[in-house]
Amino acid sequence: MDQLEKTRMSDTAILTGFMKGSWKYFFASTFCSLINSGSDMIIPQILRCAIDNIIGGSDEMSDLVRTVTDYFGGTERLRKELWIVALAIMAVAAVKAISQYVFRVSHTKGSETLVKTMRDTLFTHIERLPYEWHMKNHTGDIIQRCTSDIDTLRRFISEQMTAVVRILIMLGLSMGFMFSMNTKLTLIALIPTPIIFLYSLIYQSRMRVRFRVCDEAEGVLSAMAQENLTGVRVVRAFGRERYERDRFEDHNDYYTGLWSTMGKMMSRFWSVSDTLSGLQVLIVIAVGAVFAVQGRMLAGEYVAFISYNSMMAWPVRQLGRTLSEMSRAGVSVERISDIQNADEESDEPGAQRPDMNGDISFEHVSFAYDGTTDVLNDINFTMKAGSTLGIMGGTGSGKSTIVLLLDKLYDVQKGRGRITVNGTDIRDIDTKYLRENIGMVLQEPFLFSATIAENIAITTEGVDMDKVREASAAACLDEAVEGFAKGYDTFVGERGVTLSGGQKQRAAIARTLMKDTPIMIFDDSLSAVDMETDAKIRASLEKRFGTASIILISHRINTLSKADKIIVLEHGHIAEEGTHDELKSAGGIYQKIYEIQSGGKEAADEQ
Amino acid sequence: MSSKETKKNKDKILPFFGVGKILPFVKPYRKTMIVMVLCGLLGSATDIGMPLFQRYSLNHFVQGGTLDTLVLFIIAYIAMIVSQAAANYVSCEHAMRVEVSINRDIRNAIFSHLQTLAFSFFNQNSVGYIHARVMSDSSRIGSLVSWSLMDTIWHTSYLIGSVVVMFSINFKLSLYVVSIVPAVVILFSIFQRRLIQVNREIRELNSIITGDFNEGITGAKTIKSLVIEDTMTDKFVNDTANMRSRSISASRLRGLFAVTMNFASSAALAIVLWRGGYIAKEEVGTFSLFMSYARGMMEPVRWIIDAFSDFVTTQVNIERVTRILETKSDVTDTPEVIEKYGDSFDPKRENWEEMKGDIEFKDVSFMYPDGDEYVLEHFDLKIPFGTNIAIVGETGAGKSTLVNLVCRFYEPTSGQILIDGRDARERSQLWLHSNIGYVQQTPHLFSGTIRENLLYGNPNATEDQIMKALELCSADSVLEHVPGGLDGDIGEGGDTLSTGEKQLISFARAILCDPRILVLDEATASVDTIIEQKIQNAIDTIIEGRTSIVIAHRISTVKNADIILVVKDGQIVERGKHDELMAEKGYYYNLYTRQYEDEATSAFLG
Repeated sequence: MDQLEKTRMSDTAILTGFMKGSWKYFFASTFCSLINSGSDMIIPQILRCAIDNIIGGSDEMSDLVRTVTDYFGGTERLRKELWIVALAIMAVAAVKAISQYVFRVSHTKGSETLVKTMRDTLFTHIERLPYEWHMKNHTGDIIQRCTSDIDTLRRFISEQMTAVVRILIMLGLSMGFMFSMNTKLTLIALIPTPIIFLYSLIYQSRMRVRFRVCDEAEGVLSAMAQENLTGVRVVRAFGRERYERDRFEDHNDYYTGLWSTMGKMMSRFWSVSDTLSGLQVLIVIAVGAVFAVQGRMLAGEYVAFISYNSMMAWPVRQLGRTLSEMSRAGVSVERISDIQNADEESDEPGAQRPDMNGDISFEHVSFAYDGTTDVLNDINFTMKAGSTLGIMGGTGSGKSTIVLLLDKLYDVQKGRGRITVNGTDIRDIDTKYLRENIGMVLQEPFLFSATIAENIAITTEGVDMDKVREASAAACLDEAVEGFAKGYDTFVGERGVTLSGGQKQRAAIARTLMKDTPIMIFDDSLSAVDMETDAKIRASLEKRFGTASIILISHRINTLSKADKIIVLEHGHIAEEGTHDELKSAGGIYQKIYEIQSGGKEAADEQ
Repeated sequence: MSSKETKKNKDKILPFFGVGKILPFVKPYRKTMIVMVLCGLLGSATDIGMPLFQRYSLNHFVQGGTLDTLVLFIIAYIAMIVSQAAANYVSCEHAMRVEVSINRDIRNAIFSHLQTLAFSFFNQNSVGYIHARVMSDSSRIGSLVSWSLMDTIWHTSYLIGSVVVMFSINFKLSLYVVSIVPAVVILFSIFQRRLIQVNREIRELNSIITGDFNEGITGAKTIKSLVIEDTMTDKFVNDTANMRSRSISASRLRGLFAVTMNFASSAALAIVLWRGGYIAKEEVGTFSLFMSYARGMMEPVRWIIDAFSDFVTTQVNIERVTRILETKSDVTDTPEVIEKYGDSFDPKRENWEEMKGDIEFKDVSFMYPDGDEYVLEHFDLKIPFGTNIAIVGETGAGKSTLVNLVCRFYEPTSGQILIDGRDARERSQLWLHSNIGYVQQTPHLFSGTIRENLLYGNPNATEDQIMKALELCSADSVLEHVPGGLDGDIGEGGDTLSTGEKQLISFARAILCDPRILVLDEATASVDTIIEQKIQNAIDTIIEGRTSIVIAHRISTVKNADIILVVKDGQIVERGKHDELMAEKGYYYNLYTRQYEDEATSAFLG
């Protein structure tokens, strides 16, 4: 009930957590973009001064400009030596270039640090979440959250939020300069801008809806192709090539039509907003000309004013677009915080690390995955240190649950019995320590995208080829590996060679054998190898095991017969318990199966 | 931990970037493209003309001190804006249409070509790979011939136009301005080459990270039991660190690129001021015109180089697409056969003979196209109509080979397969397939309704036939679970149904075609006992009155078979009836015994 007391981390807390380490880069980049925009503003001023004062000979200038020109020897001298002005432009351009470069790099640093922090935090967290959590959530959904939701967040923080800030800086600065030059003309210039802004905001939002429709149609088309390819045998066997082609073409037409319409919309948007901006420029040019003729403005001022006006045009349109894109982030934050708020596996303080080479006992253990239907019911047994325990049972009898509980992949709830190793309740044992001391081979093993050697040696540091060879020989994997052109360097897993089920199982056995763990579990781990190999592996394993305690889960008498103790599970409780010799004539399930399997040949012959 | 595959495909440039190979796809749209190009040119002409207005306004109004032509000026300006908008509208809209149409045509062409390719192709190329060719390569190519082409045209013509205007106004000053262009072009090209490389590296890193996520999540059970959370996390953190540093160096490169461009335009501006400042005294307008052009000249250069790099990178896509389109199927019908029976898309059913259902392997030898060993050598087998053949063997022993040959998914390397006494190659593939019912081990259903899936093999089946087929296969009970029954949606790949239910539906689908030959790959997946019983009954029912080839996993199926073929390591090691094979006490005997024990044990344990 601890979970109820724990308050859920708020979305903002998660976001600020992610921003740790990257905000300073964003701050620096914003500062640089301020300098960058500032230098953009200075160039028209230089040109204005050049046109009006230096070349035009007008004496009308601000004190600041006068101080600067005087410093360079006055307008008269500058007129003769225009290269000084040209150099000034280059100097400003250099400042601009540097700030722009630093802006870009620090912005990327911020953005990449942000993504890295998000990914690392999430991945590390997910690796530490209990197995139960992994079982409850769909793999595809988690991956989706880790990739596309993170991307949405990255775009929100590093692109959209910063873009809004930059746009506002640009707008503010250019409007400021315009106002300082001519208030009236600025006001006139500003009249059309709300229209342009609103037009782009509304139109872009509408297009966003259409984009989604297009995306969905693309998803359908893509799924259609996917299904056709995975079902190629069915398509051919039923001779439905034509149907498939026609269906694909129909939907392809539909999808193409959507984009065509989209193209019309986009073209319309571009031309209309171009026209609107063009008209706005025209107003400035025409009214400005009138002002100039009336003597209220000099030629250079006129030119500079038009420059500022054009600097303002793009941000106005961009603002509408950026704002229309910004809405999706909320959902993504929530989806990510769902993961972040799940509790990691943790040990009670003072977790112990007892010698694991001891007796293992289950004391009245009951367990239900969903809390209601018991899969295990009052399981009670002890296996001596270094002995072998065989477990037999049908599907759903709970045999796999026993080892999941022993490996603490699921926890035995309080009051529902306990499991002890060497007398210590495993709830008090350090989880990692416990698992490190239990070598478990699963029925459907998972291999990683790496070479065979790296897979076998994954629990050890570095790859000791001698040990790898030895382990794979013991698991009867060596012959198969030598058959590959690249031997142990063969790449397997998602992006490599696909191994057969039997080869995977043998690789998993070799992987487990790399460490001499005091407890070993084989959960039906030879189900996919043929009988000869099965026998060979068993023989070689018997030779290897020294003092280890071994749990074998199987329904083959051959596999279990040498165990020191065998328990037979039925519907979650222990139906029979004893050695092979005791059970084979005890008149129970085991005896029946023994008869089936030893008399199998005769029985088969009779039929 | 990850050993990187080395990319051997360096940037080698094909003649005309391989564009020649996609000309057939471009051809139908040449008229649209001409309109697109013409309007693009018109739009770019108005772009060139814009600074002229400002020049006039400055020279005439501001410096001339008169407003006499202002109204005319405004009207002309508006006309200019409107024609520019119109031209851009038409050219964009056309470019978009060309893009999506070419995408569509390429997708269709690949898709429809895929329907004719042999199975060897699908075995050698993963679904993901082929899918990417259909969906993503096509779109890269479409945007190349529309947008990259448009960009090149727009910006080249703008560049040329503005240079011409400048030269016609002031030759000497223009020379100064234009002189920096070549330097910029060379600089940009160097950057661009590096950028393409870096972008590719980043894409690869990205897929590695996605792979890490995938592994870290799907492998949770293994990771926990091996206690390698830290190993996994370390690798991940290492990969993301790589990604970060790569991206940052990429942004250094991109930053340098952008900065150089901006700096170059400022330099052009400074040159205009330095060498042309004197003009402002007489004609401020002309001076401002030069400033506009000088500043606006680097942008087109960048666009042209961008477009050029698109041409370079898209080569790969073009190559991949053409490679698929040029792949010849290993299994093809001869022109004579197509002439008589039609091809897979346009069958001439009126010429089709009725199939009896006799199959004969006559001295057949076979080697898989990607293999180097014969899996069948001089194999003879007569399968008269109504015979039930069972093929048994361990997983991966090569049990599907005979099925692949009978279905003509592959052709024999030598020898003949006779259908009704005639070489299978004398009739069309579609004829054969229309007479074969096929049930896969892992049933493949399509998204949609149960009805749509059932009608897949026989679109003309009546309601009665559907119901009868369902009943025969005991699949009618499946309908009860599906909301909407026959017309209920079963989700992507039929995933709302259990494996056993899918199996039953796929049986019903197969017998709805009433095929003469039935090929059946029994399911190994564990299903509950009730469904298992149903499946068994269904199999017994549907193989009756047909020639059937069953890749068998169930004892009862094997025992009743007329001929059992025992496969080991790709070779047929024993053949005969069940009793004969048992008496031999050979490989089949062992296999059967073990299977019998396993089944009996599972049945007993429940």
